[in-house]
Amino acid sequence: MERRDFLKQGTLASSLFFVPDFVKAFENVSIDTFKHKKLVIIQLSGGNDGLNTIIPYTNDIYYKNRPKLSISKNNIIKVTDDLGFHKNLGPLKNLYDQGYLSIINNVGYPNPNRSHFRSTDIWQTASNADEYLTSGWIGRFIEKYGKNPYTAIELDDSLSLIMKGENTNGIATRNPNILFANTNTPYFKKVLEQQTDAHLSEHNLGYLYKTMIEAKSSAKYIYETSKTYKSSFDYPNNPFGNQLKTTAEFINSDLDSKVYYASMGGFDTHANQLNKQSKLLQTYADAIAVFVNDLKKNDSFKDTLILTFSEFGRRVQQNAAGGTDHGAANNIFLIGENLKKKGFYNDAPNLLKLDNNGDLVHTIDFRTVYATILDKWLQVDDTAILNKSFRKLHFI
Amino acid sequence: MNQKQIQHLYWRASFGVDVKDLSYLKSKSKSKVISQLFKDSENYEPLLLDLSEFSEIKFKSFKQLKERYTEEEIQKLRRKQQQKVRNLNHAWLERLKEPNFLLREKMTLFWANVFACRDNDIYFIQQYNNTLRKYALGDFKAFVKAVAREPSMTKYLNNKQNVKRKPNENFARELMELFTLGAGNYTEQDIKESARAFTGWSYKRNGVFNLRKAQHDFDSKTFFGKTGDFDGDDIIDIILEQKQCAKFICTKVYKYFVNSKIDEKRVEEITNIFYKDYNISSLMKHIFSSKWFYDDKNIGVKIKSPIELLIGIQKVVPVIFNKKGQLNYLQKMMGQTLLYPENVAGWKGGKSWIDSNTLMFRMKLSALILNNAVINLEEKGEFEDSFEKYYKNAKKRNRFIKTTKNWDEFENKYKNFDAKELIDVLIISKLNKDTESFIKNLQVKSNRNFCVQLMSIPEYQLC
Repeated sequence: MERRDFLKQGTLASSLFFVPDFVKAFENVSIDTFKHKKLVIIQLSGGNDGLNTIIPYTNDIYYKNRPKLSISKNNIIKVTDDLGFHKNLGPLKNLYDQGYLSIINNVGYPNPNRSHFRSTDIWQTASNADEYLTSGWIGRFIEKYGKNPYTAIELDDSLSLIMKGENTNGIATRNPNILFANTNTPYFKKVLEQQTDAHLSEHNLGYLYKTMIEAKSSAKYIYETSKTYKSSFDYPNNPFGNQLKTTAEFINSDLDSKVYYASMGGFDTHANQLNKQSKLLQTYADAIAVFVNDLKKNDSFKDTLILTFSEFGRRVQQNAAGGTDHGAANNIFLIGENLKKKGFYNDAPNLLKLDNNGDLVHTIDFRTVYATILDKWLQVDDTAILNKSFRKLHFI
Repeated sequence: MNQKQIQHLYWRASFGVDVKDLSYLKSKSKSKVISQLFKDSENYEPLLLDLSEFSEIKFKSFKQLKERYTEEEIQKLRRKQQQKVRNLNHAWLERLKEPNFLLREKMTLFWANVFACRDNDIYFIQQYNNTLRKYALGDFKAFVKAVAREPSMTKYLNNKQNVKRKPNENFARELMELFTLGAGNYTEQDIKESARAFTGWSYKRNGVFNLRKAQHDFDSKTFFGKTGDFDGDDIIDIILEQKQCAKFICTKVYKYFVNSKIDEKRVEEITNIFYKDYNISSLMKHIFSSKWFYDDKNIGVKIKSPIELLIGIQKVVPVIFNKKGQLNYLQKMMGQTLLYPENVAGWKGGKSWIDSNTLMFRMKLSALILNNAVINLEEKGEFEDSFEKYYKNAKKRNRFIKTTKNWDEFENKYKNFDAKELIDVLIISKLNKDTESFIKNLQVKSNRNFCVQLMSIPEYQLC
């Protein structure tokens, strides 16, 4: 026998008969189909100005504080006696009319932090303002209920804190083909193919091999499964539109992932806010509209809940540069077919009662929103994930 | 000192040993090698960018500025000044590759993650960074007091807003929780009282500490059972009297320099040493000199931080990044950007560096910067096809990192190494035996290729 043939057979044999148990365990990930519900989380990064998104068009204080920045009542989409949508949020108004949208006002947390990094950490880890957690709330969900990285997918090139557990993490990808190609680099593939013995017990080195195997099998699973549905919908051609398109392809391919996370940047509007925010809201609303249609067409909208938040709102008073500075409480959007409380969940912000910085005071802790989603939508033990019990809201 | 020990010491105290020093070091005793390492780091050289073009906007009042510049010009200068932070990041990475002050630079990196801080004022950031460097091997007590006076820290933890009329507790809380004692080792009352002691601690425009007397609370405070008209320095003295402080720092030191798995007995041993006089050099000398530091269980088991990985590769093959911005991309993809810690708690380190995405990226790093993103895969007479195919596609798939590699220097140092010697010098971790047979089965076309191949196995992620 030629040496070359011998080697070939050796490789073949090992891949057929001597697949170590720990590799098998990951390759045949048991599809833990506890529920079909999907959660899509969207962060408007930078701090979206909620007051110019949902406009309190009958409030004098709003107009007094923003002589250059307020939006006149003739230039909005009115929906209630005191609130209206930004004019570029038409697609959202459609969802509102169909009962697919719930808006919760004044969401935040005690002692709000006005640093992007810190407040994003707080929202992503579900911590108190003075507490530093090293795992994200979705990361902890994966750890307790998912067991493999693709339980939660971030539509990006690297993982955010929200997706990191203590020992298990989600996986990030913008494009399943690239992810697959990366983990299938022939050299890495060969290294893994050689493995016959479990070194998983070994401190750190075992962890590296285990992570490598998980990465490879997750990438393979996502790549192969997501091939089954390619969206024919015409998404806006921008990074956010592409993220939602990929998400729809994942969901409609019946990928066994529970949570998707995407972030859209640019909302830190300290200067020349009016134009910038208009464009951003347009981008957001247009992509969401196509996304919802895509899901509806494939009968998956009923199993999908979309949460949109921002790490903080912005100051009530305009600044000198035609923008607004970092604020505190803000509105969040929930989009889905099964909302219990449609439209506005609670009262409009109280502009008479601001904090010492002149920012909105929160009336709803963001973690009560998480707790509600975990308990009522994903149907898992929210206390185990949030490390604390929070009261439940009744939007779903 | 034997080679394994030297490599271990140099990976933990620096970013790996320069092989050209190996034979010299091997001829020396352990104590000689260690005292030389400390001697070389006795002095320090501040890291300084040329910031002269901004001196006006930094040190002149707004009124003076307006007489000379238009509003736009001032804005432009400010923006440019902020971009300098990236230059400092690059300069720091350069510094870490230099053969001088090895231990001091590694300690500086360690302390930057203990006293984690971020800012956007390049003058203050640079000053802060050099304070870390200056005290890195010195007196911990003086160190904490110096950090508490730094403008960047004052800004970052809101001590500017900490005034007698309305104390802001942020700095006092993090001082105890993250810098000295750890959560649960003080009361809320201790925080309130110590915050009062730091009221009015501020700084001048030129970065010099300034006590705003009118804002300082000179009244009596009760802290850890002691009562007096304490100021911030007194508070730091009292904190350091708690043995818990020495233990807290020593636990961090042990995790960073010895093993992420804590050995309580060893931590207690070094805590006793450190608590005596809070001298950082003595502590580190004790660790590096002790027999247990070189135990098998401590060698090659630490997951390299992204910076250790990035610098370690360049210590073997010198590289110039032609597009400095790509250094930021690499740091970001691996989750550690110098001067931008994630939050005041710093990077968690250890396993938290690793997830599916970062691991695949880290394993590709050497190929990305040394080999145009290609990891050579040539087994003896096998897989030519898939290799060709991969090579062809690789161009489309990968983001190219533009570098100039100094392979001549590598060849110069490594030309006489055979495969086994190369493995020994590049891989500190124990080799997984299946990977070992795979490695041995690879055709060593050249040391250059083999070097990249070795840097692309999981074992290279450890030091």
